[in-house]
Amino acid sequence: MLKITGLTKSFGSQQVLHGLTTSFPEQQTTVILGPSGSGKSTLLRSLNFLERPESGQYDFDGLQIDLSQPVSQATILKVRRQTEMVFQGYNLFPHLSVLKNVTEGPIYVRHQAKDSAQTTAKQLLAKVGLADKADSYPNQLSGGQAQRVAIARSLAMQLEYIFLDEPTSALDPELELGVLKVLLQIAQEKQSMIIVTHNLAFARQVADKIIFIEHGKILFDGSSQDFFATTNHRILAFISAMTFADLTATGKTS
Amino acid sequence: MWQIVQTASPQLIKAGLTYTIPIAVVSFAIGLVIALLTALIRLSQKRGAFLILKLIFRFYVWVFRSTPLLVQLFIVYFGLPYLKIQGFTPNGIQLDPVFAGILTFSLNTGAYCSETIRASILSINQGQWEAAYSIGMTRSMALFRIILPQAVRISLPPLANSFISLVKDTSLAASITIVEMFEVSQQIAAQNYQPLIMYMLVAVYYAICCTVLTWLQGYLEKVTSRYVVTK
Repeated sequence: MLKITGLTKSFGSQQVLHGLTTSFPEQQTTVILGPSGSGKSTLLRSLNFLERPESGQYDFDGLQIDLSQPVSQATILKVRRQTEMVFQGYNLFPHLSVLKNVTEGPIYVRHQAKDSAQTTAKQLLAKVGLADKADSYPNQLSGGQAQRVAIARSLAMQLEYIFLDEPTSALDPELELGVLKVLLQIAQEKQSMIIVTHNLAFARQVADKIIFIEHGKILFDGSSQDFFATTNHRILAFISAMTFADLTATGKTS
Repeated sequence: MWQIVQTASPQLIKAGLTYTIPIAVVSFAIGLVIALLTALIRLSQKRGAFLILKLIFRFYVWVFRSTPLLVQLFIVYFGLPYLKIQGFTPNGIQLDPVFAGILTFSLNTGAYCSETIRASILSINQGQWEAAYSIGMTRSMALFRIILPQAVRISLPPLANSFISLVKDTSLAASITIVEMFEVSQQIAAQNYQPLIMYMLVAVYYAICCTVLTWLQGYLEKVTSRYVVTK
């Protein structure tokens, strides 16, 4: 279980996260929603220390970290070796083949045998529908394919949590669908995930839990059903704005 | 004229193979090691005593980029013998000319190449570091497995520039008594009174060396760019 208590983060003089307290249950999918600039991505990136929070408590499976104290490199590595980030811009390693992108972590970080790492990687590539791309280089892939490789790369680490930072924001609607299908399947297999997304329809389908953030504060923290049944007018306004955006998007493509 | 070319060439080629090329290759190899070390230290995020080390390396780069190579050679070869420190170097530092040459060329090219390498590392997208960190890599793992292999490709053309410059700059070694290719051409010109032909001839041999290097650069670029393929 991953828990944070009173987590704060500022960039310079601007405070981005105002003492957030929440938890991310295991084997569930937590979706973080909120308007642009609300601090969603910063929260996610704080969870594996790509951003360094300034105060608060961090509790990961009993590993207690006081964020107001300097955090050792060893502690950060411990967290990072149980979590993996999937980025909006994929961030595949361009100089490595698709297969090596997936096996890089298992072989060099987890010290798995090369053969077994490659076998697992091939299975995962098949799972995301890219078995035939194992020997390609990342810049031969479409955005959707690249993101599915990034998902396979994170699954290969066999980690507790996968963090996804707007995984489909850079994709066309058709390509987005392929990625979302893969994520839904992974969610059904009880992989613990935390997803930052703007896609409300997807959030509704995949989320067990939803956290709604605005101006660096948590406005809603509860089950997916409760979120979509809320009477909070700020959240209702957000839902209707996003739904309207979805409708115009479908209108354009049809 | 053909007669002159035929008699002078063996001597020039011999000087090229014994001095010009070995000095350039050895100096560049050492220079690259110095350059990588300098770039990594200057990019390090470590604090404390490390800051002094960073300052020292910044000073080194500043010194060698701000003074003429010829002056540097003179200081090392003709100047150091007069560095007489009681109980330390009472007779000054007398260096073998080839050693003094390689030392100076290495430090000089190392200073320039360190900036090339530093810039190529900085040019790699921050997302590559983040992706490497996310799969649990340490900074040095990320650097050697993810960042440097990509930086090599970017740094190749400017590093080849430095190497080609260095090959030609070894002609300055003539001034510290090394009998390299240019010195030999001067000696022959003094004997046969054909400076135009002799200096044109030696220019051709430098050009041949540099052309070979240009081909090598093209080949290495192809090898290191094999992942940059179009769809």
